Amino acid sequence: MSALQEKSQVFVAEPFQPESDTVIDCAVNKIYYGDFLAVRDSVVPIEKKKITGFIGPSGCGKSTVLRSLNRMNDLIDIFRFEGSVMYHGQDIYAKKVDPVVVRRYIGMVFQQPNPFSMSIYDNVAFGLRLNKYKGNMDERVETALKHAALWKEVKDKLKNSGLSLSGGQQQRLCIARAVATEPDVLLMDEPCSALDPIATRMVEELMLQLKENYTLALVTHNMQQATRVADTTAFFSVDISQGGRTGYLVEMGPTQQVFEAPRESLTKDYISGQFS
Amino acid sequence: MAFQFPKSSETESSASRPPSAFDSASDIIFRRLAWTCAALIIGLVAYILWALGIQALPAIGEHGIGFVTGTTWHASQDAFGILPEIWGTLYSSLLALLIGGLFGITIAIFLTQDFIHHRLASVFRTIVEMLAAIPSVVYGLWGIFVVIPLIKPIAAWLHETLGWFPLFSTDLAGPGLAPAVLVLAIMILPTVAAISVDALRRIPYKVKEAAYGMGTTKWEAILKVMLPSSSSGLLAALVLGFGRALGETMALAMLIGNSNQISLSLFSPANTLASLLASNFPEAGKLEVQALMYAALVLLAITLIVNIVGLGIQQYTVRKFEGKL
Ligand SMILES: Nc1ncnc2c1ncn2[C@@H]1O[C@H](COP(=O)(O)OP(=O)(O)OP(=O)(O)O)[C@@H](O)[C@H]1O
Ligand SMILES: [Mg+2]
Repeated sequence: MSALQEKSQVFVAEPFQPESDTVIDCAVNKIYYGDFLAVRDSVVPIEKKKITGFIGPSGCGKSTVLRSLNRMNDLIDIFRFEGSVMYHGQDIYAKKVDPVVVRRYIGMVFQQPNPFSMSIYDNVAFGLRLNKYKGNMDERVETALKHAALWKEVKDKLKNSGLSLSGGQQQRLCIARAVATEPDVLLMDEPCSALDPIATRMVEELMLQLKENYTLALVTHNMQQATRVADTTAFFSVDISQGGRTGYLVEMGPTQQVFEAPRESLTKDYISGQFS
Repeated sequence: MAFQFPKSSETESSASRPPSAFDSASDIIFRRLAWTCAALIIGLVAYILWALGIQALPAIGEHGIGFVTGTTWHASQDAFGILPEIWGTLYSSLLALLIGGLFGITIAIFLTQDFIHHRLASVFRTIVEMLAAIPSVVYGLWGIFVVIPLIKPIAAWLHETLGWFPLFSTDLAGPGLAPAVLVLAIMILPTVAAISVDALRRIPYKVKEAAYGMGTTKWEAILKVMLPSSSSGLLAALVLGFGRALGETMALAMLIGNSNQISLSLFSPANTLASLLASNFPEAGKLEVQALMYAALVLLAITLIVNIVGLGIQQYTVRKFEGKL
């Protein structure tokens, strides 16, 4: 078998061409952790003022791709990104770009709650202070906490430590912290995995509200959540044919199409809960 | 008879079993052993206090509180006062803590916050910890032969140009507070650095991620997130460093000048309690030994108070920042 033939066997998803404007054009060539090829050949456009959902089995690289969008993975020294992430027409992986600036505009909510060891108020005000926000801080903090469905529970103890909250409350605090500055793009990595159904619905409401002005990308294992909030869905899977477990984009399209009429059988099996 | 869950036929294949008699017995033995060790330590402290107290008793009866406020120490005239030593102990330790603490924490930040490769960092850390293994008398000699000659011209210049400033109001004749403090600062540096490194290392990775995820620069992440997150550990490092400085004896006896005076000047000779004990014991008569025992009790009390206050502050920060109510 010639090298060319071999190469043509590598599956590459049909590039998704959204109708509306995109904010981030992510074109992953290869993402490595050391020698381990974690993700390959995935073109993931993130549309402006829409919610893009990432779904797929565990370990397929959803978090890896999401975290590449604001250079979060730069913290891992064995991480290597090949490809480009165009944000407002500029490659954020270009040499002259400071990742700190990127992260000020592209915020993130993590898979695990990670509040700072400071008061609830200071946690939410953290980003505002960092960006030298001059307006009414109290008001902004209150709004953020209300958005994150946490205000009622903490309004009488804003001075208490963020770490004194329960796990689910901590996660909502982190959501409040991330949305307080209203970043241009918000990346959320399974933000609701520690939340009860009521809080989950409230966070989903928040996402829908946020997308009127901002752009969101959301990783979720919850298929219902994806159908409820995501406008566009990207399905990732793991490719073991190359040796190693490499994640790649299988299919991306409008959520309804991906869920109701998936092009790939792999997508169909995953969505209907059938695994080979 | 210990409580047993019923073992029905349904759980035949279940591997759940109560701990064996041996497991339970070793648990009890281990617990008793731990309690015994803890009790022994408390007993030892109590015994030292008691033994010191007995020997100091005559001096306590004789001099009373005047011992702590007196400013002269003349064994021949039976005049014993340790205010200058108390002052010297606290002043030198505080200054040393200021310098050593600052450098120690800075080094800890440097070693833990990805400024250098982690392998290089552990080499550095070992070197810093080796400072703790150098005998105190070597520090004393180094102070006499290196530090004093080195800072003498600086001290002279400071005294000449800024002599009106209380800190520089005297000239450095040889041994004095400044060289003692500098050496002391280096001696407590490894303690502060090592404990601070551990405190900073204990911060979970996800907290660092959260900080950088908000778009902090490295400096902002350290100052606004890492330091507050590890504040109780850093405080513990400072308290331990201060405790070490309070009790340090040999190097100080060699460097501080052993002179009974209370001065703000960095260049005047001074004295500390530990240094007083070390230098006066060898030739002390019966009365002086009793007075020295009294002084030792005072030193112990100071150390105890410092540790208790430090612990209090630390508990407060743990509550305030880490929310463990
Ligand atoms: N810091 C890291 N160092 C080395 N390998 C990593 C690291 N983070 C992730 N990986 C690897 O990259 C692959 C993709 O991981 P990733 O966290 O992106 O998966 P995921 O799709 O988010 O999974 P999940 O749904 O379980 O969160 C996995 O095989 C994982 O082992
Ligand atoms: Mg993940």
